[in-house]
Amino acid sequence: MTDDASGVPPEPEPAAGSGASTPEPASESVTAPAPATATGPPEGGGRQRLDRAVLDAIVHGSSTVVTTLAIILALVLGALIIAFSDTTVLHAWSRFFRHPGVAISAAWDAIAAAYSAMFEGAIFDPHTISAAFHGGSVGAIFYPLSETASQATPLVLTGLAVALAFRAGLFNIGAASQWIGGAIVATYLGFAVSLPIVIHAIVCLIGGFAGGAVMGWLVGLLKARTGAHEVIVTIMLNYVMYDFLSYLLGTPTALQLPHQANLTSPIIASSAQLPHVGGPPPQVGVGFLVALVAAAGMWWLLERSTVGFEFRTVGANPSAARTAGMSVPRTWILAMLLAGGLAGLSGAVTIQGTFYSLNFQSYGTYGIDGITVALLGRARPLGVVLAALLFGALSTGGTVMEAATSVPVDITEVIEGLIVLFVAAPLFIRAVFRLREARVGGLGAVAKGWNG
Amino acid sequence: MELELRGITKRFGSLVANDHIDLTVAPGEILGLLGENGAGKTTLMNVLYGLTQPDSGEILLDGKPVSIHSPRDAINAKIGMVHQHFMLVPVFTVAENVALGVEQVRTIRLPGLPPIRTGLLDRKAARQRVRDLSDRYSLQVNPDAFVEDLPVGVQQRVEIIKALLRDASVLILDEPTAVLTPGETEDLFRVMRQLKESGHSIVFISHKLKEVQAIADKITVIRRGHVVGDRPPTTSDAELAALMVGRPVELTVSKEPATPGDVVLDVQDLVVPGEQIVTDQGFASGKNAVDGVSFQVRAGEILGIAGVQGNGQTELCEALMGLRLSAGTVRLEARDISHAAPRQRLRAGVSYIPEDRREDGLVAGFSVADNLVLDTYDRPPFASGLALDLAEIRRNASSLVTEFDVRTSSIDTQVGTLSGGNQQKVILAREVGRKVRLLIASQPTRGLDVGSIEFVHRRIVEERDEGVAVVIVSSELDEIYALADRIAVMYEGQFTGFRPPTVPVAELGLLMAGVTNGAGDKTAGDGNHDDGPPPDGPEWQAEPT
Repeated sequence: MTDDASGVPPEPEPAAGSGASTPEPASESVTAPAPATATGPPEGGGRQRLDRAVLDAIVHGSSTVVTTLAIILALVLGALIIAFSDTTVLHAWSRFFRHPGVAISAAWDAIAAAYSAMFEGAIFDPHTISAAFHGGSVGAIFYPLSETASQATPLVLTGLAVALAFRAGLFNIGAASQWIGGAIVATYLGFAVSLPIVIHAIVCLIGGFAGGAVMGWLVGLLKARTGAHEVIVTIMLNYVMYDFLSYLLGTPTALQLPHQANLTSPIIASSAQLPHVGGPPPQVGVGFLVALVAAAGMWWLLERSTVGFEFRTVGANPSAARTAGMSVPRTWILAMLLAGGLAGLSGAVTIQGTFYSLNFQSYGTYGIDGITVALLGRARPLGVVLAALLFGALSTGGTVMEAATSVPVDITEVIEGLIVLFVAAPLFIRAVFRLREARVGGLGAVAKGWNG
Repeated sequence: MELELRGITKRFGSLVANDHIDLTVAPGEILGLLGENGAGKTTLMNVLYGLTQPDSGEILLDGKPVSIHSPRDAINAKIGMVHQHFMLVPVFTVAENVALGVEQVRTIRLPGLPPIRTGLLDRKAARQRVRDLSDRYSLQVNPDAFVEDLPVGVQQRVEIIKALLRDASVLILDEPTAVLTPGETEDLFRVMRQLKESGHSIVFISHKLKEVQAIADKITVIRRGHVVGDRPPTTSDAELAALMVGRPVELTVSKEPATPGDVVLDVQDLVVPGEQIVTDQGFASGKNAVDGVSFQVRAGEILGIAGVQGNGQTELCEALMGLRLSAGTVRLEARDISHAAPRQRLRAGVSYIPEDRREDGLVAGFSVADNLVLDTYDRPPFASGLALDLAEIRRNASSLVTEFDVRTSSIDTQVGTLSGGNQQKVILAREVGRKVRLLIASQPTRGLDVGSIEFVHRRIVEERDEGVAVVIVSSELDEIYALADRIAVMYEGQFTGFRPPTVPVAELGLLMAGVTNGAGDKTAGDGNHDDGPPPDGPEWQAEPT
């Protein structure tokens, strides 16, 4: 893995940016699979160079392009599943030989309806613009985006938690347990302590970070001292913390809302709740800003600080790190501590910004989804933010889609799963899109031989 | 069989690895193919063995063009290859390895019927064939030995048997001596001569001048993909080296006699436990890897530690750097660093060139610039507080790349894509580019070409001249002789003797085999007591008693 973003050639960046942050409504992408055809105005020699550049981008900056294409392919397959799980469409197809046009247009209509509903729910709804001209709310235009950001917030943080550990060579499967650790502390501080506004929220955030950090630190310590593998420890701690949470939520003297049979905590004080910027919805939660700051902070830490240099060195070659005088166990502990803190922060932000009380609904699946987000974001802070936004968009869009059409919201999870599957199988993507095999082997060998 | 290559050209992208290469090998001839790393030797042989396809040119055997598209074609054309990295199954016996791919099955012969193939392996026949070949060329290979138990030199002979069993009459040996001790190299040469007498043609690829001169009947020198000359083996070192590198090369660094100063490194009774080994009784600690070694190194002198690879040199260096648990005392200028962490030792002025540069010395995926600050990144001027000073790191990289002549397209290039010589220069630049008191270099020129070796040696001597105490560990005697002001020989974790650099090779050879002079006092081998006859070199520093 290259050590920093500067290793990525400039070409694929815009493609990835547009692909990841604005998932295509995809009705067009069915017919336009390769960016090569979409990009160039065909004008003589210019086309030649452009083709060359795009090809080079595909070959060298492979991962970003592959990720983009994986998203497109997943949306295409998702479209097919939408079409063929729709009874109207299936009915039309059963009479395909009598009315082929009807069958195809029925499929098309189903896909277009589903994806445009998803787009309107996640990015923006054209109707809100015309409504705004007729006296409607201008803010409503941004409502879908704010929902997407809000959905993405915990994912950004758990994604960062997995990504940070990954850069130090550790597989942090324990974002779920660290999330719980953070959420417990933040919730407790939220309802049991009385502090002035602002300060109360900040104390809860710090407490959340600390709660997660302790969980992460424990994993790092066990690995450094005893050699216990972090994958096993984190998976087991996920169970431990899940059951611990369920115990706390079921014990009135602990976290349970008094006089309640439900497993839920009291609602945190309003002084601990994270405000929203921009008035009534649409609004950007402060939690999202916290997540962005955390991402920026992690970028600085990894790329611009001595600690990050140690993380990356230990992650890339622990043996060389040791020889260069770095303490590998210390780096593991610190990396896990910070990773746990980020996941804990995710717990705090979820409780303080969205749900206001801790229960298994607010627990959700952020911990496990963090792994997916980190993988899709290639363990880079910006990539994680984009990937989390994509997943946030799919999830908000999916809800709207289900309301507007008969397509179940589960389809978004299928699409998410397909994206990850394709990202994990780059060779498959290359085969589908007929990308040239990366010439890394040949070129690398030659460079090795000829630079001397 | 006569082998002829005509106009072989192979391009990788814009680089021409082989440019119209012509060469011939007569039957019963050993051709030495000499060239620096990256000159195109291996590419050429991969073309010949069908591993890559040439862009143009043809291969002729006994004057007839043959097309070779895969190793199978090559084997059918009676071309055999012994790769630098052996292709053997460690847990199989020699006979099984040799039979792999050409297994014979047992057949039952009944009178009046055609032979019936049983589908059962004929191990006896396989063993017999290995034994026959082994006897014929006096290879001394036991067909029933497991390959993993065999020394490297014998494993190589197994590879040769594999090729012979497939009826190879042209043998390609790709850098065969890179992994061998001097003694094993001699054995290999004996085998090669025997094969030559029986009419085999051999292509011997190497970048070591002396070996090519010793064994080849004809030397072809390749530089940057071109054949730059055919020479008889009597050609002088200097001429061959100049042909290889393209400019006159200093083969032995000229250096003034050492002027040793104060003791910088003082090691007493250093013991490094061996790896845990599995025995019949369970786990047990193996023999001590380093078994009570004592020595001193003074400012401005180079101590060369000679010995066959695997006698504790690696462990000794790692223990000196604090990378391995050890007992005994290590003092750096009277400061006890026996229990110091690697970082503290680096800070105290020790620098270290590890034996395995790709594994321990560099982070392959990092840029040249980052690798140049791998052990100083957290100190001024490269860092202030937590923040890295990227500008300073780049400035440092630019100046070191120029000073140490690292051939790289930019300081942002990933270090893993550089050639071995340039990777080593990056490590050297990092380790001696700052002020140090002690330099420990383990196999500093392994796998490097003549030009890079010259450069590395010159820099090490420069460090010495600036008053740095230097410890060189090398299994290349040439290197020990070229650099050392004093030679220590290591055998089975102990020093079998200290000698001046004027010591004859034969005497060093005996010490390397564990034979100490006269006394036979191997148990006392902590370096101080069995120095043998008093040394006579002017640079000789007596060890403390």
